Amino acid sequence: MANRPLSPHLSIWKWGPHMLVSILHRVAGDGMALVGLPVMLWWLGSLASGPAAYASFQDHAMSPYGIVVLIGLSWAFFNHMCSGIRHFILDMGAGFELDTNRKWSIGSIVAALVLTGAFWAAIFAA
Amino acid sequence: MGNGTSIGRVRGLGAAKEGTHHWLLQRFTAAGNLVLGIFLAVSSILQRNFDYETIALWLSGPVQATAVALFVISTFWHARLGLQVLIEDYIHEAGNKFAAMTALNLFTFAGVAFGLFAIARLALGGAA
Repeated sequence: MANRPLSPHLSIWKWGPHMLVSILHRVAGDGMALVGLPVMLWWLGSLASGPAAYASFQDHAMSPYGIVVLIGLSWAFFNHMCSGIRHFILDMGAGFELDTNRKWSIGSIVAALVLTGAFWAAIFAA
Repeated sequence: MGNGTSIGRVRGLGAAKEGTHHWLLQRFTAAGNLVLGIFLAVSSILQRNFDYETIALWLSGPVQATAVALFVISTFWHARLGLQVLIEDYIHEAGNKFAAMTALNLFTFAGVAFGLFAIARLALGGAA
């Protein structure tokens, strides 16, 4: 253990929405990095390889498991976007008051779910 | 290690050594991802269908090809920075950390190269 003063309170804490928004930001971001980017490359590569490769990509993308992955990635995108915008606001030094922080935390999670639903509603409506 | 002055004892002992640069790049690429991501999401909604001809023609347009190429660069850059933090947080053994960072750098550069090549091939008419 480091030979310097450490906080004696590391194990004393109360759960709050800011913790959920923080870990969801990491899960969504690293999830997109590890799953979303390879899927994007698969999509681009299949387009560059011609109609047969693209049809193969589409078969997977439009299958039940493909839809689950795509909806998951779209949620990750909107969630990471909303909590990322929250980070921009925190970077400016705003929103650190407890009530405000709580509102923005819950707000970004809810906004991401609403945007994900609206996105797929618009896709299927078109 | 310093000679016993206060600053000499702590210099070089910071965790990341270049945190501000990393932090700023994360924000710059985030802004790019935000603009281009919204462009792609809106473009997806505006597509009538997703068959090969429609999407290939769409992506071949100069504005679309440029936007998606920039999106590839911006997202991979941002992901490279984010995954670096994941590695630094959860992998503490120096050798494993080095191996993970090496794999991450290969993943990043290979991914960007493949994405840009695919877009260029499609947009410049090389696809079958």
